Amino acid sequence: MSLKIGVPREVMAGEKRVATVPDVVEKLIKLGFSVLVESGAGEAANFADETYRAVGAEIADTAKDLWSSADIVFKVRVPSTEEVALMHEGQTLISFVWPAQNPELMQQLAARKVTVLAVDSVPRISRAQKMDVLSSMANISGYRAVVEAAHAFGRFFTGQITAAGKVPPAKVFVIGAGVAGLAAIGTAANLGAIVRANDTRPEVADQVISMGGEFVTIDYEEDGTGVGGYAKVMSEGFQQAQRAVFAKQAKEVDIIITTALIPGKPAPKLITADMVASMRPGSVIVDMAAEQGGNCELTVPGEAVVRHGVTIIGYADLPSRLAKQSSTLYATNLLRLTEELCKTKDGIINVNMEDEALRGATVIKDGEVTWPPPAPKLSAAPPQAKKSDAAVKPAGHGQKSGPLSTGAMVLMLVLSGALLALIGLGAPAAFLSHFTVFVLACFVGYMVVWNVAPSLHTPLMSVTNAISSIIIIGALVQVAPPLANATNRPESLILWIAIAAIALTAINMFGGFAVTQRMLAMFRK
Amino acid sequence: MTESLATVSYIGAAILFILSLGGLSHQETARRGNLYGMIGMAVAVLATLFGPRVGMAGIPWIVGAMVVGGAVGLTLARKVQMTQMPELVAFMHSMVGLAAVLVGYAQYVDPTAGAQFAGIEKTIHEVEIYVGILIGAVTLSGSVIAFGKLSGKIGGSPLLLPARHWLNLIGLLAVIYYGYVFATGNHEQGMQALIIMTVIALLFGIHMVVAIGGADMPVVVSMLNSYSGWAAAATGFMLNNDLLIVTGALVGSSGAILSYIMCKAMNRGFFSVIAGGFGTGGGKPAAGGAAQPAGEVFPITAQETAQLLCEAKSVIIVPGYGMAVAQAQHTVFDITKLLRERGVNVRFAIHPVAGRMPGHMNVLLAEAKVPYDIVFEMDEINEDFPQTDVVMVIGANDIVNPSALDDPTSPIAGMPVLEVWKAQTSIVMKRSMASGYAGVDNPLFYKDNNRMLFGDAKKMLDEVLFDLESCGKD
Repeated sequence: MSLKIGVPREVMAGEKRVATVPDVVEKLIKLGFSVLVESGAGEAANFADETYRAVGAEIADTAKDLWSSADIVFKVRVPSTEEVALMHEGQTLISFVWPAQNPELMQQLAARKVTVLAVDSVPRISRAQKMDVLSSMANISGYRAVVEAAHAFGRFFTGQITAAGKVPPAKVFVIGAGVAGLAAIGTAANLGAIVRANDTRPEVADQVISMGGEFVTIDYEEDGTGVGGYAKVMSEGFQQAQRAVFAKQAKEVDIIITTALIPGKPAPKLITADMVASMRPGSVIVDMAAEQGGNCELTVPGEAVVRHGVTIIGYADLPSRLAKQSSTLYATNLLRLTEELCKTKDGIINVNMEDEALRGATVIKDGEVTWPPPAPKLSAAPPQAKKSDAAVKPAGHGQKSGPLSTGAMVLMLVLSGALLALIGLGAPAAFLSHFTVFVLACFVGYMVVWNVAPSLHTPLMSVTNAISSIIIIGALVQVAPPLANATNRPESLILWIAIAAIALTAINMFGGFAVTQRMLAMFRK
Repeated sequence: MTESLATVSYIGAAILFILSLGGLSHQETARRGNLYGMIGMAVAVLATLFGPRVGMAGIPWIVGAMVVGGAVGLTLARKVQMTQMPELVAFMHSMVGLAAVLVGYAQYVDPTAGAQFAGIEKTIHEVEIYVGILIGAVTLSGSVIAFGKLSGKIGGSPLLLPARHWLNLIGLLAVIYYGYVFATGNHEQGMQALIIMTVIALLFGIHMVVAIGGADMPVVVSMLNSYSGWAAAATGFMLNNDLLIVTGALVGSSGAILSYIMCKAMNRGFFSVIAGGFGTGGGKPAAGGAAQPAGEVFPITAQETAQLLCEAKSVIIVPGYGMAVAQAQHTVFDITKLLRERGVNVRFAIHPVAGRMPGHMNVLLAEAKVPYDIVFEMDEINEDFPQTDVVMVIGANDIVNPSALDDPTSPIAGMPVLEVWKAQTSIVMKRSMASGYAGVDNPLFYKDNNRMLFGDAKKMLDEVLFDLESCGKD
């Protein structure tokens, strides 16, 4: 029997997202599931009940109906106590859970003997990227942060020279170049702002540049890369150097977007009240870490406030403010997760605890808390990068192209010397003069051809091929040498052999030159 | 025309040939180079024809033979499709080889030819004949087999006889022994030895090329090119003709350089290619232990490909033999043109051994009118992949295999490859998941940023083009 996926309306105030969208419903049904959507679930994200019904979903009138008949529930926000109370044994919940921050909720869920997959706990391995909702939501937040900043900021982002005067471009400083930070950099750069960014992990500098930003370095030697590609807490010395850089930036820039988070810790306070006061009036700070306490001392989580003439935006619901987009991406991430759960495509899920990605996401299995998972086998990029660097060298494609080693060189010289000596001892003068010509011609050929452009390899081959039909001369002189008649020369035999050779080389000669001409005529700028 | 005048003409011809090869090394001068070659050849042939060594009686015969051969040659040159260039070149090499064999035999049966020689000079003359025929015969049979492999008449996979190195060695010893018999015996014995040697040489040529896998064909083709030059040079020694020696040496060394460049592009020693078979020659351990990449491939449709291309700002196209097989180069250019009109930076990346002949891809793209200044060599473009949005790999496999860089146990380890996986997205067009000629699985296909577009390259690209035309408009 195939399972029923239920999608309730989000109950948290202000939450506009929905856990699945009609396009994805269609694909879930193809996987063999049936889908039940609570009436009005998608309304805030502009997905009407009709659109769900049109692709084959059923509509449940109340949350209670939905929770009682669904086998699997897709949600966005952490479930509320009321929602947990509606769950029944054997049910599966897929949603944000934040198990570290919500120990009580974990107890409640476990008591219900359900299985819970926390989308926030999907491990950061490359195979699981397609189900990584944190990345897709962070991407949206980064975009929205810039849009919010632009909204609150009283000027253009891009510099312009107009009839009414010159407009300088806005300067944006992004702190933290994770997914959200990079999205913010890209969006701001595309709007025409000058974007600078800083991160404690030096290896992200290239990514910042690739998104159109400048990387601001902090003059202090310390790598901030922590486990799983996230940042870690930095030393006091580093923090001092960092504060100096930020204070300087605060005076120069118009907009600061902060995204600095450390897993399992409150957000680091990076922008002090003094720094805010030093900013030009009308400037904007978007604090994307507001939910975790904020990167700015003056942030009020969930609100936009004005302090010292600077608008400080601390919205915690940036993805929800782009509800349609974030619902679509979230739904796709869940679809990928469902595909992993249902490899057989028959509408039955199998929470395979051997699978690294699923193991990480599963925080409660049949009422048993399985969080935290064992450490992931493979961390993010840096170790791999090192490995491939090291592997390239011993494989040595640099060595081969380099000059010969001295030993081989000496050996070759000795050998060729010996060969020449041998020829010199035995050969008569007439042969030697031909030999001289031969050796010199080889070197001329080497010099002339060595720098050939690779795109001309084929024409070069066909022209050398045509030229090698110079062998025709050998046949020509055999056809009818003027002084031949004297001895017992097998005239007709030689004649026919020579004629055949002439015909063959003529094919080559004319064909070779003609086809080269044809090819070269095709090359054009 | 006197002997001296003929010799001076020969010098002129030799210089023209050198200029011709020199011209061929750059795009700007290439056409002039070909013209020099033609003039040089005309000078050489006319000087011989009207020189002291050809009697008037021979002229009608010669003209007749050249007209017939020339007509055949010109027809071939006009008819050949650019995808078949490797076959044509191999076929022409076999012509040179056969001509060298014929000239050698004619020289031997002609008693007047060697009459002026005695003692050591006579021996040298005979050795020259012997060597000329030897090289000619190897070129002939090797080229015929290469032609068969390239045109698909013979299977492309290497045929490895047991103890083949010993077979080759025995062949070589036999050739040396019969060379001794040939040089010391009387005319009858000499002829016998010559024929036996020719047979051995023919077999050796066949054996050498059948043992070489499809991916090594560029090396083989350029090696045969080199041989055809050496055959001409050997004939020059035999006939005491400096022009033949010079020209033969030019062609021979040019072919040798090409072979070297091809070998370097695959990070393989020349001898291990010649010894045949991927991963089996030259004392290399058989590469059974190469890690099988695991994971899943992400298929993509033509529409989605068009969508990706539509949104990209920079695109690199990596063509391979599959493009030649599917004759897709014109569609590729249509897509390129469309994208370029929309301001997308489209470039081509060519691996030195892409295709079956050095420079094969360049010729195909040129045929499709792709301007050569957007076609780049591997070294020029490899650093640009990280800044590229979409890479399209059309019918190529081994030349984009990351295990060449990061898996030291892989049979193709150390071969420089196009680092397409560094781009934001790569799309590999293939007919199926089968591995390339090297028989190595390709971890690229399992990368997260790689998509697979399965199907015939031409058909899929036509669909992509169709969707691409509509996608920019809304």
